[in-house]
Amino acid sequence: MTVAIFWVSPATDMENRMMVRTLLIRGMLVGFLAGILVFSFAKVFGEPQVDHAIAFESAMDEAKAKADLERGIHDVEEPELVSRKLQASYGLLTGVMVYSTAFGGLFALVFSYANGRMKSTDPRVVSVLLAITGIIAVYVVPSIKYPANPPSVGNPDTIGMRTELYFIMMLVSLLGMIAATMLQGRLRQQYNAWTSTYLAGACYILIVFTTGELLPAVNEVPSNFPADLLWNFRIDSLGMQIIMWTTLGLGFGAFTEYANRNRFGYRNGANIQLNAH
Amino acid sequence: MSDTAIGSHAIPSPAPIPVREIAPWLVFGLLMLLALYFVGAEEGATSIIPGMYVHEWVHDSRHLLGFPCH
Ligand SMILES: [Zn+2]
Repeated sequence: MTVAIFWVSPATDMENRMMVRTLLIRGMLVGFLAGILVFSFAKVFGEPQVDHAIAFESAMDEAKAKADLERGIHDVEEPELVSRKLQASYGLLTGVMVYSTAFGGLFALVFSYANGRMKSTDPRVVSVLLAITGIIAVYVVPSIKYPANPPSVGNPDTIGMRTELYFIMMLVSLLGMIAATMLQGRLRQQYNAWTSTYLAGACYILIVFTTGELLPAVNEVPSNFPADLLWNFRIDSLGMQIIMWTTLGLGFGAFTEYANRNRFGYRNGANIQLNAH
Repeated sequence: MSDTAIGSHAIPSPAPIPVREIAPWLVFGLLMLLALYFVGAEEGATSIIPGMYVHEWVHDSRHLLGFPCH
């Protein structure tokens, strides 16, 4: 922001810009709080599954090393850079906190665009709707095609391809959701909320279904990998996402409503006074 | 989406923040995406920092957050 822009800008622009700043900080704060909840859940429920999977992996590695030794091949054990103890505590904490806080910030940026551009004037409703569409687009749909896997399920040689496919699926899902949301807004001028949401939702499903059918399947689960462990791991992974998006959706909306009420003295007054200058 | 729909609303609605006022903050959005990259993919499929330390450090979260790993 330069001085020149500052002088030609009307006060409302400056205030709007500060509003985005406030929302961004709020989003990261709510994301940080969500991260604490997600970490607690992951530590209690997810981490044991990771440990079981690593125990399975070690057993497989040992069996392979033994078989190789009998054939005269000496397997080289990979050095451990970060101990399991650190990975399962501070490592997990770092990853989850960065992820949640970053999503909180992105959520706030999307909210700052969406608020006032949707039929609903209540920031709590806008926030919850964004969280629902967010978890579907970013996690649920990409994971139906390429589910979360515990350690030892993926083949290290295919990590490049698997990462690419996962991000393509996520990107298509996200763009499809944006397109469907825009379509819903258009349809809303002619049809009621139910009809337009059904039609837009059908378009989103068509986009992601077609993409899912076109992209290759990845199945690298070892045949003797415990099915209940795989299931538990994936459910815990979903649980973490539900906790994060629920906290973002409800927390951010409630926080914004509370702040607006304190600032403007009435409900849902986000920018009404700012723009009335 | 449509300003006309908002204009025709009877209830006072929050005025949308103009895109030009949101745009400067998208820099932070890119930073968020970079942060997500470090949790989700660094030292896996691609690598910015040499070695495997970042990958190893965030390893458990990478698996649990649904990113492809090993
Ligand atoms: Zn891994």
